[in-house]
Amino acid sequence: MVLGMTSLTSLAQGDELETNGFIEIRLGTRTQNDPNEKEESIDEARLQIETEKEFDQLTLNLVADVVYDPVMDNHDVDLDTGEGAIDLRQANILFSPLSYVDMKIGRQILTWGTGDLVFINDLFAKDWNAFLIGRDDEYLKAPTDAIKSSLFFNALNIDIVYIPRFGADRYIDGKRNSFYDRSSSSFRGRDNPLVTDKPDDWFNNDELSLRLYRSIGVNEAAFYYYNGYWKSPAGQDNVTGKAMFPRLEVFGASFRRPIAKGIGNIEVGHYKSNDNAAKNPLIRNSEFRFLLGYEQELATEFTSGIQYYLERKLDYDEYTRSLLSGSFPDDENRHLITLRLTKLMMQQDLKLMLFNFYSPSDKDGHLRFNVSYKMSDSTKIEAGWNHFYGEKLYTFFTQFENNSNIYFSIRHEFTGLAQH
Amino acid sequence: MKNIIRITSTLSLLLISSFISQANGAEAIEIVKKAIHAAYYQGDDAKARADMRIIDKQGRERTRSVSMLRKNTSTDDRNQKYYIFFRGPADIKKTVFMAWKNSDREDDRWLYLPALDLVKRIAASDERTSFVGSHFFYEDVSGRGINEDTHELLEESTDYYVIKSIPKHPDLVEFTYFKNWVDKKTYLPMKTEYFNKNNQLYRTYTVQKVSVIDGYPTVIDSQMDDNLSGGKTILNYSDIKYSQGLPEDIFTERYLRRPAKKYLQ
Repeated sequence: MVLGMTSLTSLAQGDELETNGFIEIRLGTRTQNDPNEKEESIDEARLQIETEKEFDQLTLNLVADVVYDPVMDNHDVDLDTGEGAIDLRQANILFSPLSYVDMKIGRQILTWGTGDLVFINDLFAKDWNAFLIGRDDEYLKAPTDAIKSSLFFNALNIDIVYIPRFGADRYIDGKRNSFYDRSSSSFRGRDNPLVTDKPDDWFNNDELSLRLYRSIGVNEAAFYYYNGYWKSPAGQDNVTGKAMFPRLEVFGASFRRPIAKGIGNIEVGHYKSNDNAAKNPLIRNSEFRFLLGYEQELATEFTSGIQYYLERKLDYDEYTRSLLSGSFPDDENRHLITLRLTKLMMQQDLKLMLFNFYSPSDKDGHLRFNVSYKMSDSTKIEAGWNHFYGEKLYTFFTQFENNSNIYFSIRHEFTGLAQH
Repeated sequence: MKNIIRITSTLSLLLISSFISQANGAEAIEIVKKAIHAAYYQGDDAKARADMRIIDKQGRERTRSVSMLRKNTSTDDRNQKYYIFFRGPADIKKTVFMAWKNSDREDDRWLYLPALDLVKRIAASDERTSFVGSHFFYEDVSGRGINEDTHELLEESTDYYVIKSIPKHPDLVEFTYFKNWVDKKTYLPMKTEYFNKNNQLYRTYTVQKVSVIDGYPTVIDSQMDDNLSGGKTILNYSDIKYSQGLPEDIFTERYLRRPAKKYLQ
């Protein structure tokens, strides 16, 4: 470990080298028995090192995590899935070749769109395992190897993100979190994880994400385009039986502005799935997605946010006709309502957060509760609860029921480790 | 007849006293105007580093360190844009808070969370809630609108004007009135005392050190005390520069995602 830090230091010498990071222990356990998984949901020791080096015309960013987690059986390093002892979060250079252009090249975290834990036009990789087991929010975003060009004009700003090799979500595959696999009508867990056929040819299986945006007074408007693949498995190969990432094209838009005493947002997206998706029961349908949100401070340091989200299947008749007999049909519309409540206390050292997803159509949901306390500038303790509930075991949240968990963490931040 | 004289004299007294208080009010408003300018609007723009020590009643200490950029976007001491880059502590390092202060409506505010690369637009909060967990309120950092209170010149000493300000909408604030000691030379507010509905002093702002920077008298060291709990925040400004010609596009999404390092240093 010490050696690692030293070599980082010697890599980038100079006065402006900034290094910080943290050490964290995070322990969690399932609140019920899961025959397909271990009792522990997370048992993690993590060291994050972040370093930034400014050169004349460019900035180098490096963020790497060293992780030990006995909940996982396989400890081989896989930089795509984040499995194993090293999770490289960021390794990129940032520069401005022209006054109106910013380029960020390399491994980076990417986010856009207006939703709160609901994503329509943000088709950058997510880590759903981290989200389910109660890692810090930053880990919901998985890193992406990309070239991001941002162009700034008076009338319009343009972001172009090119991902030369498809970067999938860190999806729920059973290794850590069990789920209900409709194709086999059974739960998948650590002994029979999902096997996928992931497109991974450089430059051939690539992705393109575009955003055009501008502010008009207080209004923020954006248009989005995506050309790539479903980010989590959304189909099955009928020959090999492997889960697939069918092609996906998305056209979308968003709008955000202050309304009354809060912020309102609206976002839409047209998900155009693989050409024959409508007739193929093994491939996810094209969808229309819609989000309406509002956030407001209700009282001193007490904020509430509410969202309505819709996923509508676009070829529902063909979908129901093509379903194999005995399979569980989805509704045409999946409605989802989210509520966030955040309360800060004790000079903002204590934070209470509750987030609930509830689907009135699926009659299922996911409750997230988190309390954190800053014991000092550098030490924070945290406890939380993830609870999945519902009626039918095959619906989106209910299938994770056996993964409901509680967790606890302690984190110590350090800074300036390698300053010269 | 007696009655008529009495009524007339009472009326004239009333007229005279209301004239006096109007004159007083007009003078008070001029002083407050100059005080607001001195405290929040000097120069076309400004940059500074601010270090806060937040100390609770048990003496436990937290720190916040930020670099701030500020630009006046109207010439009448009204609209401004703020860019606040967190230097520490480590858990919020590189977070950026941006606010556009609008005279005619609520502020626009954004927060950039670097670990998620997330630009979050945040609802304007009650102006009288803690600024980044300190004992200072948002309003103490960005200024309180002159028309939100009625102002009265209470007394005048050799060094200070003492202004009493009473909120026009008492239901929106936690104080019943506040008293401001405004330096007669610099017009900087040197002390502010806030009183609650029991006429009890519960919050005190004091300035310990003023320096002249780029020709502008500037508060260097100040402190906000919570007189009831015993907590306090000590605020120190350093690396102050005025009128550097900050471009307005610093205060846009581009520089949230890519910190305006050149201007922050």
